[in-house]
Amino acid sequence: MTALAGRTRGLYAGNTRAVVARGLLATKSNNWLIIVSGFFEPVFYLLSLGIGFGAIVGTVQTSTGAEVPYAAFIAPALLAVSAMNGAVYDSTWNVFFKLHYAKLYQGMLTTTLGPLDVALGEIMLALLRGALYASGFMIIMQVLGLNLSWTAILALPAVLIIAFGFASLGMAITSYLKTFQQMDWVNFVMLPMFLFSATFYPISVYPQAIQWIIQALPLWHGVELIRGFTTGSLDAMVWVHLGYFGLMIGIGILVTTRRLRKLFLN
Amino acid sequence: MPAPVITASSLVKKYDDFTAVAGIDFDVAPGESFGLLGPNGAGKSTTMRMIGAVSTRTSGELSILGLDPNLHGPDIRSQLGVVPQQDNLDLDLRVRDNLLVYGRYFGLPRTQIAERADELLEFAQLSDRKAAKVDELSGGMKRRLTIARALINDPRILLLDEPTTGLDPQARHILWDRLFRLKERGTTLVLTTHYMDEAEQLCDRLVVVDKGQIMAEGSPASLIREYSSREVLEVRFGSDKNSEAAERVAGIGERIEVLPDRLLIYSNNGEAELEKITKLGLHPITSLVRRSSLEDVFLRLTGRSLIE
Repeated sequence: MTALAGRTRGLYAGNTRAVVARGLLATKSNNWLIIVSGFFEPVFYLLSLGIGFGAIVGTVQTSTGAEVPYAAFIAPALLAVSAMNGAVYDSTWNVFFKLHYAKLYQGMLTTTLGPLDVALGEIMLALLRGALYASGFMIIMQVLGLNLSWTAILALPAVLIIAFGFASLGMAITSYLKTFQQMDWVNFVMLPMFLFSATFYPISVYPQAIQWIIQALPLWHGVELIRGFTTGSLDAMVWVHLGYFGLMIGIGILVTTRRLRKLFLN
Repeated sequence: MPAPVITASSLVKKYDDFTAVAGIDFDVAPGESFGLLGPNGAGKSTTMRMIGAVSTRTSGELSILGLDPNLHGPDIRSQLGVVPQQDNLDLDLRVRDNLLVYGRYFGLPRTQIAERADELLEFAQLSDRKAAKVDELSGGMKRRLTIARALINDPRILLLDEPTTGLDPQARHILWDRLFRLKERGTTLVLTTHYMDEAEQLCDRLVVVDKGQIMAEGSPASLIREYSSREVLEVRFGSDKNSEAAERVAGIGERIEVLPDRLLIYSNNGEAELEKITKLGLHPITSLVRRSSLEDVFLRLTGRSLIE
């Protein structure tokens, strides 16, 4: 019993802020161009597809039955993608590098920090980047008149939850990867998820079986959640989406913490 | 004698089928400089990780500062300074920031860390490089910064895993000087090394470790006295002729070791043994008489060289 208490106490020192502070200080020396480029990707999609393609398509029906202009249909999806990109980039590539090359976590865990402090701190940083991308994107949406309802303001906290989910799971998965080749799998999963998660057209175009697969993936829940808020067309599914991300966050943090302990405190 | 700061008894660490540490016993007294000497793969680093409370023992007992690392990992780590075998400085941060951020990991107050960071930069002779990027530092400077970083929490024990491996001779001497000053101030040092000169310079007492077990224990001088002669005569006859010559010189000195490139003849008077060899009509290409070192102790104990 005391052994168990000792082990749990070793997990968390309540000092996540030291990890976050380190990350913010380190960002100063990072290449800002790379950070900014991640933001522009969905913006370019919005401009080319939303404005250009949208002129031909006209309006599209959302899953809740509302008719909205094409640009207003894909903009929230791209917002969710933006949050995902920021969070995943930080929690996979950056974490992988710190894990295997910079030996950063090894150094952190020889101090009083516990694996949960490290996991939470790194996830916070990924989340911050996701939030930064998403806020910029929201501003562009507002300027282009693509926020159709006051509920759009709720898209901001929703984006944080989405980024939190992707960052937690991303870090958990990264803790199992050993080579850069394996890291490519992350991109291999991200691209089709980006293209097919009811991002550019309603999910109803797919046969039922495909729809189930899409609905099992996290991005679809993110897209639907944000789209509900920015178009103001909401239903009870909001809770399902939030529940999905709650689960994703919980599992991600649990697995990451266990992995860090196994890797550095075995 | 004051209570030891580290006590290990029958300490074992296994990874699956591989036994890295196979039951070792030792004590470290406060203020002592204690060394683990052995070749690569002897289990030194694993032992250090267990002392550092970042690796759980498979069996046996271990007490660090009176605490069990299985139960009090963070409490123990807050009182330790760790210098790992490979530098893991934060390359995204500048020299002084490395110290500040590391201090924050321990949850220490900012003002206290800032003051201490400047003292430590002075101690590590890096004050003029405090705004430099870590990558711009030489190997020796990085090592000194790692040591400064390990001291940010004013640790009671400093753990150093192969502190000077890979450094040039001048950088090593600077580092030894710094470590010696710490020792003079009363910091307990625990270090691993496979350099006998390092062990002789820094350790009050050491254990010779091989294949996860302790082969011998004592001060460098007492180990040399016990396991070797006062002097060693090294003679080279050329690669092909060493073993042939070894047969002819048999009986000279107390003991002879045949290495691929030379013969080691252990004796209390090396010059006298060399004379005997020349009288036999043998003419070594080179000959050298030197004092016995821990390398000789290791060779005697294990039949192998420290650096392979």
